[in-house]
Amino acid sequence: MTARGPAPEPSVPRDADRGSRALGNRGVLVSSASTVLFFTIIATIVAVSPGSGLVAERFFSPQNLWQSLIGSGSNPSILGAFLLNVKIFTISEIFILVLALVIAVVRGIPGPVFFPFRLVAVAYTDLFRGVPLILVLYMIGFGVPGLGLPFVSYLPDVTYGVVSLVLVYSAYVAEVYRAGIESVHESQNAAARSLGLTRWQSLRFVVLPQAIRRVIPPLLNDFIGLQKDTALVSVLGSVEAARAAQIYSASEFNYASYVVAALLFVLITIPLARFTDRLIARDKRRREAGALA
Amino acid sequence: MNERPALLLEGVHKSFGENEVLKGIDLTVAPHEVVCLIGASGSGKSTLLRCVNLVEPIDSGRIVVEGEEITADGVNANRIRRRIGIVYQSFNLFPHMTVMRNITLAPREALKQDRAEAEKSASTLLERFGLLDKRNEYPDRLSGGQQQRVAIVRALAMRPHLMLLDEVTSALDPELVAEVLAVIKELAREGMTMLIATHEMGFARDIAERVCFLDAGRILEQGPPDRIFTAPENPRTRQFLTRIIEAGRL
Repeated sequence: MTARGPAPEPSVPRDADRGSRALGNRGVLVSSASTVLFFTIIATIVAVSPGSGLVAERFFSPQNLWQSLIGSGSNPSILGAFLLNVKIFTISEIFILVLALVIAVVRGIPGPVFFPFRLVAVAYTDLFRGVPLILVLYMIGFGVPGLGLPFVSYLPDVTYGVVSLVLVYSAYVAEVYRAGIESVHESQNAAARSLGLTRWQSLRFVVLPQAIRRVIPPLLNDFIGLQKDTALVSVLGSVEAARAAQIYSASEFNYASYVVAALLFVLITIPLARFTDRLIARDKRRREAGALA
Repeated sequence: MNERPALLLEGVHKSFGENEVLKGIDLTVAPHEVVCLIGASGSGKSTLLRCVNLVEPIDSGRIVVEGEEITADGVNANRIRRRIGIVYQSFNLFPHMTVMRNITLAPREALKQDRAEAEKSASTLLERFGLLDKRNEYPDRLSGGQQQRVAIVRALAMRPHLMLLDEVTSALDPELVAEVLAVIKELAREGMTMLIATHEMGFARDIAERVCFLDAGRILEQGPPDRIFTAPENPRTRQFLTRIIEAGRL
C-alpha cells in the first residue's frame, strides 16, 4: 500500500466512498429535477382534465375533510370511530397470537393418541383459511344472536366481529407459526432432548423462541391485513371508521369522508410496515454476521 | 469383571428401512474406561451412540447402563438421558441463549436446580476449561473450538455418568482440534467413562484404553490401541488402517 499520511484504513474503500459521494451529489440533482418535472406534468394533466374541479370538491374539499374527521351534527366523527378499529384489532391480535400458537403446537404433537387433536387443528386451518371473512362475520354476527341462546346471543356486535376476526386470522397465523417451528433444525430438538429435557421443555425453551423470532416479519404482515379488515366489522352495524365515513358521505353527498378514513388506515399501517422492514433488515444483518463468525 | 459395567450392549440390531446399520453389537464398557470406536463413515459408529442415548430406538437386543436395562419397555427416556451426556459433531448449541444459559438450561429445568446453584457449577466448569470470560457471549460469537468446548461443558453440567462423543472434532478447522481434544483428555484423566466415535487415530491411540473397529455394523476387532494400531489381526482392520496411514492421519 502506498497511502500517504495517517491512513489506518485501506485506501481502496475510501476512494470508492468518495466516488460514490460525488456521484450521489449529481444523482440528487438529477432526481430532484426529474421529480419536479414528473409531478408538474401529472398535476397539469389532472388540472386540465374534465371533471377535475368536481373531483377536488367531492373528494378533497378541506371543509368536508375536516368536518368528517371531527364529526358534525348527526354525523359521527371518523376519528372517534377509528378508535373502535384500533380497539378491535388490538384485542383481536392478542387472542390471535395465543390461539394460533396453540393450534400450531397441537398440529405438531406426535403420537397416535393425539391424532384427533391434530385432525381438528388441520381441519380448523383448512376451513378458516378458505372461508371469506365476510361470510364468517355474517354467520357469527347474525347467526349467533339469531339463536336466542342465553348470554352468547346477547353480546355487543363488536364482540361478534372480534370473534370472527380471531377465528379467521388464527388460521393464517397458525400456519405462520408452523412454518417457523419447522424451520428450526431437528438437531436443536435432539440436543435439548439429549440433555434430558422433556418434549414440552424442548419446545418451550429451545424450539419456540427461535421459531417465533424467525416469523415476526410475516406475523406483522398479517397484522397489517388485520388492521384493514377491521373495517369489515361494519357489516354488523358497528360504527367504525369505514361505516362513519359512509354515514357522512350519505348525508353530505361528499366522498371526502372516505379519503379521511383511508388516510387513517394508511397512517396506522405505515409505522407497522416500516417496523417490519427494520426487523427484516436487522435479522438479515445478524444472519450475515453469524455466517462470518 | 467384578465391577458392574457402566455400559453393556448385547446383540443390538438397528435398521433404517432396508438398510441394516447395526448387525448385532456386543460391547462392554467398564466404569472409568475410555473406549474409542473407529471405522469408516457409515460403519455405524454414530448410530451406535445415538441408540445408547435413546435417540434412536433399537430393533432388537438390549442396552444396560449401570445395571439398568434402558431399552426395556416403560423406561423413562428423559431420566436415562440425564445420566448420559452426548456431544455431537455439529455442537448444536442453542443460538438464542448465552453460553451460561445454554449450560444451565437443563440443570435448571430437568434437575430443578435453582439459578444460583446452576450458575455456580457452570462457572466452575467454564473456568476449568478456560471459557469463563465467554459466559455472556452468544454462540455465534465463538470459534468452532470454543463452541464445541461449551457443548462439552453443557453435557458435563448434568453430571453424567457416561459421556458419548460423536466425531466431536470433525466439523472443526485443524488448528482448533487440539483445544477440544485437550478437554477430552482432561475428562479421561478424571476418570470419566467415555465412548468416543472418532476419526482422529492419533488421539484414539493416546486416550483410549480400548479401541473397537466397526465395519458394516459389526465390531470386527477390539483391543488395546497399541495392538490394534500396530498388529491388527483382521484383514479389514489392516486395510482400513493402511488407508488412514496413506492419508497421513496416523
